[in-house]
Amino acid sequence: MTTTTATRRRRGSFAKVEARQALGFASPALVGLALFTIVPVVLSVVMSFFDWPTFGDRSFNGGANYLRLFEDPNFLPALRNTMVFTVLYVPVSIALSLALALGLGPRIRGRGILRVLFFIPVVTPMVANVLVWKMLLQPQGLFNGLSQTWFGVELPNFLADRQWAMIMVVVMSVWQGLGYNMLIFSAALEQLPESVVEAARIDGARGLRMIWSVMIPMISPAIFFATIMTMITSLQVFVQPQMLTGGGPGNATMPLVMWIYNQGFKFQDLGLAAAGAWILFALIIIITALQFGAQKKWVHYEH
Amino acid sequence: MSTDAIIQPVLTAGADEGHVEPDARRGRAPMTRGERARLVLGHVLVYLAAALFMLPLIYAFFSALKPNADIFSMPPSLFGSEVRWSNFAEVFAFGPFWTYIGNSLFTSVAGTLVVLVVSTTAGYAFGRLRWKGRDAVFVLFLATLMVPAEVLVIPMFQVMQWFGWVDTYQALIFPFAFTAFGTFLMRQFFRGIPYELEEAARVDGAGPLRCFLQIILPLSTSAVAVLAVFTFLSFWNSYLWPLIVTVDYNAHGTLPVGLASFSGLTGTRWDLQMAASIISMIPTTILVIALQKHLVKGIAMAGLGGR
Repeated sequence: MTTTTATRRRRGSFAKVEARQALGFASPALVGLALFTIVPVVLSVVMSFFDWPTFGDRSFNGGANYLRLFEDPNFLPALRNTMVFTVLYVPVSIALSLALALGLGPRIRGRGILRVLFFIPVVTPMVANVLVWKMLLQPQGLFNGLSQTWFGVELPNFLADRQWAMIMVVVMSVWQGLGYNMLIFSAALEQLPESVVEAARIDGARGLRMIWSVMIPMISPAIFFATIMTMITSLQVFVQPQMLTGGGPGNATMPLVMWIYNQGFKFQDLGLAAAGAWILFALIIIITALQFGAQKKWVHYEH
Repeated sequence: MSTDAIIQPVLTAGADEGHVEPDARRGRAPMTRGERARLVLGHVLVYLAAALFMLPLIYAFFSALKPNADIFSMPPSLFGSEVRWSNFAEVFAFGPFWTYIGNSLFTSVAGTLVVLVVSTTAGYAFGRLRWKGRDAVFVLFLATLMVPAEVLVIPMFQVMQWFGWVDTYQALIFPFAFTAFGTFLMRQFFRGIPYELEEAARVDGAGPLRCFLQIILPLSTSAVAVLAVFTFLSFWNSYLWPLIVTVDYNAHGTLPVGLASFSGLTGTRWDLQMAASIISMIPTTILVIALQKHLVKGIAMAGLGGR
């Protein structure tokens, strides 16, 4: 009895010391987060309700920025382009990287170095990756050159055609991001309990059936995670169209982030840009929430 | 919805140190002829895919060695009329690439150091110390992870104007060094360390700071290393923010921003653009090759960061 009270009392003073020191430990993060996240978020809300040029006078304009968004000739097309990009990019990227992770099984010789190869474009600067593809996609570039030499077929001028330009932004992005999800899936596959795989094998599961009925359901949490993250990053796509097509031809490949960037830093209209950024945030939240809602249908958690 | 629910499976995937990769040959029944054929086919497909995948980079490398007039030769070939290593030298003569590389290196290393200090200390406070309101503050921390950078960059630019930080190194280092991701990663890792280790030191009179420096940090080198690598990469490759906050590229331009401006200035000099692209790809490529053994574990641990 006495010992418990004594411990409790000691615990009490100790807890006070601990709380004080915890504040010390957390303060750099708290100050930084307040200054560089909380303040900007609040400021962003404020700015979106102001006529806020980069230089010059600011004035409150109610919700006018949000109405102006929908009158802007490029905003809705940019929103649409972002959605089109996401709808094309996410399934292709997930499917290909999953296939690759499954293909690079433990029996493949040199899988370590192969994984590194597929991972290289993930870590090289995106601008450099895009420049390489821009050269390949020129009318006299490698792709059209090979097609003409080998098959005598002239390919379309990819970056000058509205549809092809978007497809090539997607293709380039899939190439660039493939290695990342591949490693997420490889990590999940390596964690599969050998006993379960062995049991399925004894039950006669082989090849595609093993992959489809055993492996994929077992790594579905990783697939869910990768899908969410890939979707969020693809809604934020910017560099690939910026460098590959400049958003063109016309506005055919201009995504939302490029629109926001242009409003804010080309046309100096920070208020309108902030309003556009909040629409992007809302879009991300809605799509992520839908994903979480749908996960019960296909994601299996073991515990 | 608890974030742990989605993140935990991914995190634990990496935390399991004792996992042994299933051996290819030992402990399995000998392969049937069909299995062997399928394995050969698997190798062919995988290596073919890898070759196709690498084609853009290989072709870019060889293009960097061509005279500009031979870049778009028909039919395409790997070599031009001569092999011009001097293209690489010309890149450095044409643009301040050493400055870009230096700026990227400096801001990435400095940014990474800030992130490491901030994340480990805060991770310790949230993961191992008891204090009132800890979990509520942590949830607020996590909530900020959802805010996309695009929402932050516009007001951040305004804040930089107020600070007088536009076109400075501080502006490249600090604004995105306090994201909650590092703190989250460290907290998760620290929580996995047995409490007995710390209790014993405390009974001997060690305070939190000594416990943190002498017990927790030395036990967490793998997680700290993973955070360091991913943070470095994200600083090294970041583009949107440096593009916004840098005015004089020749003074404060980082490699991605410098490369983009270089490509605008050189126009149709594809030989120089390819040489410059290859140059800017080398450092991080060497980094992943050096880290290849830890790649899968690292990505399992830091899965949700980076990019």
